[in-house]
Amino acid sequence: MAEIGRAVKRREDLRFLTGAGTYTDDINRPGQLYAYIVRSPHAHARLGGIDASGARSSPEVVAVFTGNDMAADGVGGLPCGWQIHSKDGTPMAEPPHPVLAVERVRHVGDPVAVIVAESLGAARDAAERLAVQYTELPAITDPAAALKPGAPRVWDDIAGNLCFDWQLGDAAAVDAAFARARHVARIDLVNNRLIPNAMEPRAAIGEFDRASGEYTLFTTSQNPHVIRLLMGAFVLHIPESRLRVVAPDVGGGFGSKIYHYAEEAIVTWAAGKLKRPIKWTAERSESFVSDAHGRDHVTHAELALDAGGKFLALKVSTIANMGAYLSTFAPAIPTYLYGTLLAGTYTTPAITVETKAVFTNTAPVDAYRGAGRPEATFLLERLVDVAADELGIDPAELRRRNFIPKDAYPYQTPVALQYDSGDYRATLEMALKAADYAGFEARREEAARRGKLRGIGLATYLEACGIAPSAVVGSLGARAGLYEAAIVRVHPTGSVSVLTGSHSHGQGHETSFAQLVADGLGIPIETVEIIHGDTAKIPFGMGTYGSRSLAVGGSAIQKAMDKVVAKGKKIAAHLLEASEADIEWKDGTFTVAGTDRAKTLGEVALAAYVPHNYPIDELEPGLEESAFYDPKNFTFPAGAYVAEVEIDPDTGKLSIERFTASDDFGRIINPMIVAGQVHGGLVQGIGQALLESCVYDKETGQLLTGSYNDYAMPRADDVPSFALSTHATLCTHNPLGVKGCGEAGAIGAPAALTNAIVDALKPFGVRHVDMPARPEKLWRIIKEHPARAAAE
Amino acid sequence: MYEFEYHRPANLDEVGRILGAREEAKIVAGGMTLIPTLKQRLAHPSDLIDLGAISSLRGIREEGDRIVIGAMTRHVEVERSAIVQRGIPALAALAGHIGDPAVRNRGTIGGSIANNDPAADYPAAVLALGGSVKTTKREIAADPFFTGMFETALDPSEIITAVSFPKPQAAAYQKFPNPASRYAIAGVFVARFPNAVRVAVTGAAPCVFRVPEMEAALSRSFSADAIKDIKIPEGGLNTDIHASAEYRAHLVGVMARRAVAACG
Ligand SMILES: Cc1cc2nc3c(=O)[nH]c(=O)nc-3n(C[C@H](O)[C@H](O)[C@H](O)COP(=O)(O)OP(=O)(O)OC[C@H]3O[C@@H](n4cnc5c(N)ncnc54)[C@H](O)[C@@H]3O)c2cc1C
Repeated sequence: MAEIGRAVKRREDLRFLTGAGTYTDDINRPGQLYAYIVRSPHAHARLGGIDASGARSSPEVVAVFTGNDMAADGVGGLPCGWQIHSKDGTPMAEPPHPVLAVERVRHVGDPVAVIVAESLGAARDAAERLAVQYTELPAITDPAAALKPGAPRVWDDIAGNLCFDWQLGDAAAVDAAFARARHVARIDLVNNRLIPNAMEPRAAIGEFDRASGEYTLFTTSQNPHVIRLLMGAFVLHIPESRLRVVAPDVGGGFGSKIYHYAEEAIVTWAAGKLKRPIKWTAERSESFVSDAHGRDHVTHAELALDAGGKFLALKVSTIANMGAYLSTFAPAIPTYLYGTLLAGTYTTPAITVETKAVFTNTAPVDAYRGAGRPEATFLLERLVDVAADELGIDPAELRRRNFIPKDAYPYQTPVALQYDSGDYRATLEMALKAADYAGFEARREEAARRGKLRGIGLATYLEACGIAPSAVVGSLGARAGLYEAAIVRVHPTGSVSVLTGSHSHGQGHETSFAQLVADGLGIPIETVEIIHGDTAKIPFGMGTYGSRSLAVGGSAIQKAMDKVVAKGKKIAAHLLEASEADIEWKDGTFTVAGTDRAKTLGEVALAAYVPHNYPIDELEPGLEESAFYDPKNFTFPAGAYVAEVEIDPDTGKLSIERFTASDDFGRIINPMIVAGQVHGGLVQGIGQALLESCVYDKETGQLLTGSYNDYAMPRADDVPSFALSTHATLCTHNPLGVKGCGEAGAIGAPAALTNAIVDALKPFGVRHVDMPARPEKLWRIIKEHPARAAAE
Repeated sequence: MYEFEYHRPANLDEVGRILGAREEAKIVAGGMTLIPTLKQRLAHPSDLIDLGAISSLRGIREEGDRIVIGAMTRHVEVERSAIVQRGIPALAALAGHIGDPAVRNRGTIGGSIANNDPAADYPAAVLALGGSVKTTKREIAADPFFTGMFETALDPSEIITAVSFPKPQAAAYQKFPNPASRYAIAGVFVARFPNAVRVAVTGAAPCVFRVPEMEAALSRSFSADAIKDIKIPEGGLNTDIHASAEYRAHLVGVMARRAVAACG
């Protein structure tokens, strides 16, 4: 048995790899119509009249709807799930977010109208005949510029485009510490804006059943229950009992499929109006302008150190781009998922962070793999390297001097979090050894002989995952709880169905959750089925993001299994004519202690469903238990990454020669799935560090990186083979001891790589290089430095 | 995509007949450039004439000291051809670095050259090797063929049937790819013949071009050193979010030196 810890092959892969998956666009409903969304070509414009007569002229066009039509029908705006308060106590500016724009369009891609037709081609043809009057207005896309006096206003009544001005930490303590500091390291940096690009573009099918009055939405979501709640309660006013949301196979999300999007409400609402199913599927170029983007921070930070290199205090000031509207979780990302992470792995006793969130004429920005934590890690780990360089201390040594020691848990940071466990020194030493840090200088010299600039960089990271204790996040502004739900259903013949509120869109839950249940119930893994993604089947769920599935969803399953076993004991005691206290549970069998009298789980299940010989006065028949699990704390995965790069000074072209990752994810259920998650995260982190960048034209607000011709995604030959290792300190507060691994790579890689690049370019007097470190940027640094210029 | 009539004629006469009859007709070869254009509704042809069934347009053969490649020959076929690998290995290598496997299995040399994308690879090879483009009407030398950005000497009803390349003594292509599209930000093809050296640059400017100064220097002394002081003027080079004209000018120099060095 012992499935936990085994590299079980992913059970879902046969289906995915042979084209047998069922993604939303694979679903076709009888009588289905097609929706095409007409979007704003302008970054900012007054919306005049919309003349749909031309669009309606084709017999294939069934309907054209605009924002006014939806407003007249009482449709609400898209809600924001998190409220932040500014440091002066005022709530954030929370502008309306109509499903289809009314009066104004505020970013390129803002939905303006929907055309519903018998075929997608007819809908697209009609879209070209839709006459929309726009009066262009000045646009602003740069978050720092948006705060400046005289900047165009995204919202007339929001002065300075300021959404909120938030602060966390003891500013007075920080000032005092800076006053006695021996050294202050400073950095200004930009965390580049990213476009998520899940492999499967978003899609949605709305359906209305005239017989039952029930709506169904098939959608590419990471959290179908959240969509049901938000869309049902706030937008379309449909009770949960009459709204089913199905998120079938979903091809990647990375955060971008958490949010409730306009198209989901449009197809559901229009299906009710037209009494026919309606499908919408994004084209890739549509995804570029309509999916929520990620990151986009401008930051100044200062670190105070004493003579021994101990961190005394950290002061951070960030401007965060929210885009034109507040996406579902947007306000939480540059605040409670960012500022609270600024202690990282270090004992910094005083920290203050302020974040100004601003509106701009760009697509909304929300969580993207790591969400706030990559931004925190990048600035902290860059700043530590700057300090190490200025003080002449080896970067690894400076980190060692400041690590939270492994016997200091629980450890209260000055920015609200209490870490339960960790051993940052262990993962750092593992990574340094595996990367042969000690032997680097020889490799640098060998590279120099080949005319290449070689650099090494390291970064540690710590993330808050297993999101999240409901009461805690509630006190911080969340408008939802963040527990998870599960049902464990033992069938009469002993096979088991597990219904989970977590959602798998690439994470492999059908395998790792089955491993958990196989061991927990002592049954073969083949007899366990994991079901997710349908509000009609699953009791409730908050979904998958923030590396929460195993830590929270898995813990809910564990709780439900515990209840199954508890009930099973009672049944076994009856069947074995023993006292319940004498029943021992092990490896799928209930045994009377000290005897060989035993009943298997299957036998107990059969007795529960065929209760002829059964304690029917005390126990209900059946063997099915549900559980909700609300975590007691966040989990705190952490680790250390080492990157080694070479730069060709003639062209600025960079290659990653080595990449070493050592992670602490707590207990590991499936090491192969974990390695896959780390690989994926690292590649996304490498993408951010070297290649990816969302660029809007500063004048017109047009998206200049609106396709793969211009938006550089990382490919297999952009990345090296990764050297991975793990070291486990167990999470102390969830029953599985697990911490989560989905985001780590994306969090730690950008800092490690950028540190390596800065190290390689040290001869050219470089202190910092903003991401992405594209070849021309590196070439210019080299070329413009006097040392090089003289050599030329 | 807008609606169009689809034709798949078996011979060139039939192609000519349809082209003559339908003013807005367009030829489709591998479709790797044309189909995305249609999907984005940037073109609206009345008819699409698929050259895929015309076997005479396909294949690679040696004709004396030349290699002749049929217009419908796919990139992967050029990459793997024993004739090309033996006669002009630099051309086989170039074909092997166009786009990705899907593109190489569909895209054709005729389509690439007819399209004359400023960042495409083949135009550099055709120009540097001094190839000639055979059409249904005539044979056009490389120099007058590539006339401007997405522009060629082809008239609207003219079809490329083959491209003919003289075999050089040595040749090499060096490409600095755009990290997003993998087309050339700057690509330099150098070809050495007994009586001449030709250098062609793609990706850097609106149209593929030759560098006479480098050609002259290399004709005197075929070595990377011989061109190390030749600076490409920035004027007329492209600037975009991926690379400035200054960087492109610099890269042309680096790629040219590397190509010369790679010629051995
Ligand atoms: C993802 C991607 C990456 C790519 N990367 C590269 C790259 O790195 N380097 C590179 O060079 N190219 C690249 N390409 C372009 C690729 O090489 C195309 O295949 C090529 O440019 C066009 O060839 P085709 O056969 O597909 O032509 P089509 O798309 O079918 O046609 C292109 C044009 O040429 C015309 N045409 C086609 N055949 C003829 C003919 N025989 N006579 C007259 N006119 C004709 C058509 O009417 C059309 O106008 C890439 C394409 C894609 C989609």
